[in-house]
Amino acid sequence: MTTRWFGAPVQRTEDPRLLRGKGNFVDDIDLPEMLHAAVLRSPYARARIMHINVDAARALEGVHLVLTATDLGDVLEPSPLLVPHAALTQPRTQLPLALHEVRYVGEAVAFVVAESRYVAEDALELIDVEYEPLPVVHSLEVAVTEHAHLVHEEVENNIAAHFVQTVGDPESAFANAPHVLHESFSIERGAAMPMECRGVLARWDAHENMLSCWISTQGPIPIRNGLAAIFHLPEHKVRVTAPDVGGGFGTKIMMFYPEEILTPYAAIHLHRPVKWIEDRRENFISSNQERGQLHEVDYAFDDQGILLAVKDTFLHDTGAYTPYGIIVPIITACSLPGPYRLKHYASEFTVLYTNKVPVSPYRGAGRPHAVFVMERIMDGIARELHLDRADVRSRNFIQPDEFPWDVGLVYQDGGPTKYDSGNYQAGLDKLKALLDYDQFSTRQAEARDQGRYLGIGISYYVEGTSIGPYEGANIRVESDGRIYAATGVTSQGQAHATTFAQIIADQLGVRPEDVLLTEGDSQAFNWGVGTFASRAATVAGSAMHLAAVKVREKAKKIASELFEASPDDIEFADGKVFVKDAPHRALTLGQLAISANPLRYSYGENARKLMSMQLAGPRPGPALPVGRDGPGLEATEFYSPPHGSFASGVHGMIIEIDPTTGMVSFLKYVAVHDCGNVINPMIVEGQVHGGVAQGIGGAFFERLVYNEEGQLINASFMDYLLPTAAEIPSIIVDHVETPSPLSPLGMKGAGEAGVIPVPALFASAIDDALAPFGIRVREMPLHPCRLYELLKATQNAQ
Amino acid sequence: MKPPRFQYCAPHLLDEALALLGQYGADAKVLAGGQSLIPLLNMRLAGPAYLVDINHLTELQYIEPEDGYLAIGATVRQRHVEHSSLVQQRLPLLAEAVRHIGHMQIRNRGTIAGSIAHADPAAELPTLLTCLNGEVVAQSLQGERVMKAEEFFTGYLSTALELGEMVTEIRFPWLAPQAGWAFMEFARRSGDYALVGASAVVTPTLDDRCLNAHLAFQGVAGAPVRMRDVENMLVGTTLDEPTLQEAADRARECVSDDMEDVHATVEYRRALVSELTKRVLKSAWTRCQQ
Amino acid sequence: MQEQEETLPTFTEQCLIDVTVNGQHYERSVPVRLLLSDFIRHELHLTGTHVGCEHGVCGCCTILLNGEAVRSCLMLAVQTDGMAITTIEGMAGTQSELHPIQQAFREKHGLQCGFCTPGIIMTVHAMLHENPNPTEAEIRHELSGNLCRCTGYQNIVEAVKLAAERLQQP
Repeated sequence: MTTRWFGAPVQRTEDPRLLRGKGNFVDDIDLPEMLHAAVLRSPYARARIMHINVDAARALEGVHLVLTATDLGDVLEPSPLLVPHAALTQPRTQLPLALHEVRYVGEAVAFVVAESRYVAEDALELIDVEYEPLPVVHSLEVAVTEHAHLVHEEVENNIAAHFVQTVGDPESAFANAPHVLHESFSIERGAAMPMECRGVLARWDAHENMLSCWISTQGPIPIRNGLAAIFHLPEHKVRVTAPDVGGGFGTKIMMFYPEEILTPYAAIHLHRPVKWIEDRRENFISSNQERGQLHEVDYAFDDQGILLAVKDTFLHDTGAYTPYGIIVPIITACSLPGPYRLKHYASEFTVLYTNKVPVSPYRGAGRPHAVFVMERIMDGIARELHLDRADVRSRNFIQPDEFPWDVGLVYQDGGPTKYDSGNYQAGLDKLKALLDYDQFSTRQAEARDQGRYLGIGISYYVEGTSIGPYEGANIRVESDGRIYAATGVTSQGQAHATTFAQIIADQLGVRPEDVLLTEGDSQAFNWGVGTFASRAATVAGSAMHLAAVKVREKAKKIASELFEASPDDIEFADGKVFVKDAPHRALTLGQLAISANPLRYSYGENARKLMSMQLAGPRPGPALPVGRDGPGLEATEFYSPPHGSFASGVHGMIIEIDPTTGMVSFLKYVAVHDCGNVINPMIVEGQVHGGVAQGIGGAFFERLVYNEEGQLINASFMDYLLPTAAEIPSIIVDHVETPSPLSPLGMKGAGEAGVIPVPALFASAIDDALAPFGIRVREMPLHPCRLYELLKATQNAQ
Repeated sequence: MKPPRFQYCAPHLLDEALALLGQYGADAKVLAGGQSLIPLLNMRLAGPAYLVDINHLTELQYIEPEDGYLAIGATVRQRHVEHSSLVQQRLPLLAEAVRHIGHMQIRNRGTIAGSIAHADPAAELPTLLTCLNGEVVAQSLQGERVMKAEEFFTGYLSTALELGEMVTEIRFPWLAPQAGWAFMEFARRSGDYALVGASAVVTPTLDDRCLNAHLAFQGVAGAPVRMRDVENMLVGTTLDEPTLQEAADRARECVSDDMEDVHATVEYRRALVSELTKRVLKSAWTRCQQ
Repeated sequence: MQEQEETLPTFTEQCLIDVTVNGQHYERSVPVRLLLSDFIRHELHLTGTHVGCEHGVCGCCTILLNGEAVRSCLMLAVQTDGMAITTIEGMAGTQSELHPIQQAFREKHGLQCGFCTPGIIMTVHAMLHENPNPTEAEIRHELSGNLCRCTGYQNIVEAVKLAAERLQQP
């Protein structure tokens, strides 16, 4: 059967609704008698709570409930540790409300429910908390010093985890290497900043004993499971739905944010729906952040620029808690080798607590750091040996015939870091052509003669995607011929309703708009993990495919019986099922679905039509024969990947820097990208554009600035600079497609790709532009003032 | 982030507004465009007990050419000035400065007078007014006061307005017909408050030397700074490269020592001021040659 | 003087307003501190206008007030007495048709999560009204008051170009 929809740039099913303003985000949902919540947050990064007085707040007109930790009963327990690991010897997770101590500015201390958010905020001002401020561990550097103050009293040296992995024999490799260099790299925090902040709406139905929650989350099903456990409810009496979600980028995959417990708690307690919507200031100080790491790197190479060994020792900032385990630094460690043949590699990391917002994955999830280190290494080798930077990379690439390539490390899913397919040189070739790379040095020299500083940068990455454990899909043909599909993942803009529909439409001969997807609703589909780590399209999409194939097979079987033809002669097209070369012997898919459901009662247009057709009559025996697998045309399938699949890509850019002001302008930006077989190229390109923009923001505009008291001093959009349309350049996107042998449709993930190589890319381009000044970028993010300082420093040194 | 409670009134007559402000003094605040005040209310960084909304004071809705200056009433929107053909023809420097204010959505509501009264030293209009040696007219129950710009801006978000006083008019002096002008900013993003910005006006003599110059900077101190000693230094020169370089070096002093924030160190601001001085003077000079 | 004081308008915490939204007339009594964005969303249940920051930077709350694009999070509902507002819900013509701007966004994949989209469409509507044939640089400049975290702006710019082209056709 020829594929029609897979690979096509089909317009999105989601759009008309969203374009009309008919989206259904959590704050759009209005329930009768709904109340509104606000959270009192710690103004101190570290303090003992001596006393909380909520009397005045409780007495305020319009206030229904004020909760502190001591009101929570057995709900007051630390949130689950989402991803335990043997090396995480000192995990700590957060209480829903702080009890004795606060550990970051923004930590939840009290929860108010009132008639309106306005009144709830008035009540917050009436809560009197007596704090005893304590010394603050405001950075990694402070956390790691001898006799540092402790974020958690019992956690010695602020060390949550320490993990060593070794591949090959790095010691010998270093000992025998012609060249060894040492560098230190630092990467500082950024934040996801989706346009929609977090939000929770909870309703307790006392008649049905049912808790329903609408949450702006990337993982509704695990949350359903967790809430059922916390509130001692059967799972089928808890329903969690992620409605339309206005961007997630990793920051919304958590269990639990305190509000996800407190809001249902309040709803159950008050027997009224309670809604809590995070405002932007809260988003800055209580939604998880990421990106803080300090690396000490040694790298060994030979005279040809072949990388022989890497030793990377790094510190990872986990903030005040470890809600997501040590996934991010593990990904950093495993992603570092990139597209290169690295046979000898020593990786060691230490995870440290600081008095800052907790860390969990943010788009890229540790990969941008790894790519920063490795791509700096490649540029460093080129600089040291006076070789071309692209050539050094080419010499080190894993070749297409060397797949599968085992990096030699255990990946975040517990499986091997084993690259399934790729063609890195092909990507680089495309990039160089699009950048006009070979002509650039001439252009650069001409510009320098005019006193202008142009630079070109390259940055390659390999991205682990599509990890398990699994996702599932349920597909059912309805009586009108439309397809109902459900899965446990959810969208925050990735257009699953369109892409999954494309996969299904190919199998069942319908149009994508005839497939109606329900996702992110624990009642519609009971099993699922969530949308993160560039996995949903591959894993859930594969499950969709497997379920659709099953429905197709069943439909063939039933049709072959009805038409008295061979199953091999049954075809699907235009919503019909028919016998090859005998199109008059046809049923619509809906009619077939009705036939497959041998009720005594039938109804509707299709049923009446069926009655009037002359089809093979009923056979003796049970209406549902053995092997029929239930009534109707329905199937549920799960897909569990053997291990992750590895996408890759390379970005390049040409910039101009004004050394007087440190300001950068973009002259060209190219992204070449390989995510295997692509369901909808328009969607994938959109993901790349968005990722690049976030990467540019994270590399050159956004920086979270904490002072020594652990206060975030730029906690607003005025001073935390998200790039606008005027700052982001046009992005030229091209593709390489190396299908994955691991999944039925050969897909790999694409969601995070755009952001991963960008910090390294900036470093590469800036070094090149400012080469006459001898600049070497070793930190991210940068901004013009910092570039100015770096230039001044090199000028003073000379 | 919702505003705290307050009482609200929207008078239709200036006299009424003044009476209300006179009555409630320190507890009252004027609401004009709201583009600066409402974010503060939303963040609960301001909590006036009384808000006097002056948007209905139609008597303050005017852009009037007067003898020596352009008079702009307190309720005139920034967009109105940006699109006014009168302003574009007779005081294009003002239109240019206004175009740099935030974004179109901000300028549709924000007022000229409101930006001046808010007195953010990183904003365009206070600096422009300082550059041109313009005036602020304030009224209260006690009568009218006219203050020069440098008298009016006393510090970060602080003005010489007294309790019960309200800004009713801004006066931007005309430029000499042969004067050249320029307005420039360094900002991280389109529409941001400037890291530093400069307004320059240069008037030539008949033999193409500088007769006089006005040069003012935003984002460099608690209030806009007029660099008179640079201005004086330019008089009689042809604003050639060495002169511009010297002006640039001297202008660095306008950055006060406490002007460090998340975007810029003092040293970096000084470097920006230096570069901006050259560019803005060059541009103004080129304009007056045309 | 005494007479003057007696006839002075009074301060209040609740106000009756009369406002037209998408052509429909509403009369409501509202708290004076109620933000226009909250009034539109929760009083009138027109939830297409979104709230992203409440400090006037992100533009998700952009609506048209008497035809001009403004940030509804920076206005009090009481300030709109006697005015006409257009929100995203007022943009599409009939149930089945999309406004040309909306249609262009669809064709060019100019939205992903859709949260910033209504604000952007209102801004584009105002932009194209004033400047029917903008260059790419002008488009990007005029859009800089609306943040998007999903699309990287590229397809939004393409959508605006297409919309401009179509709106100029007779």
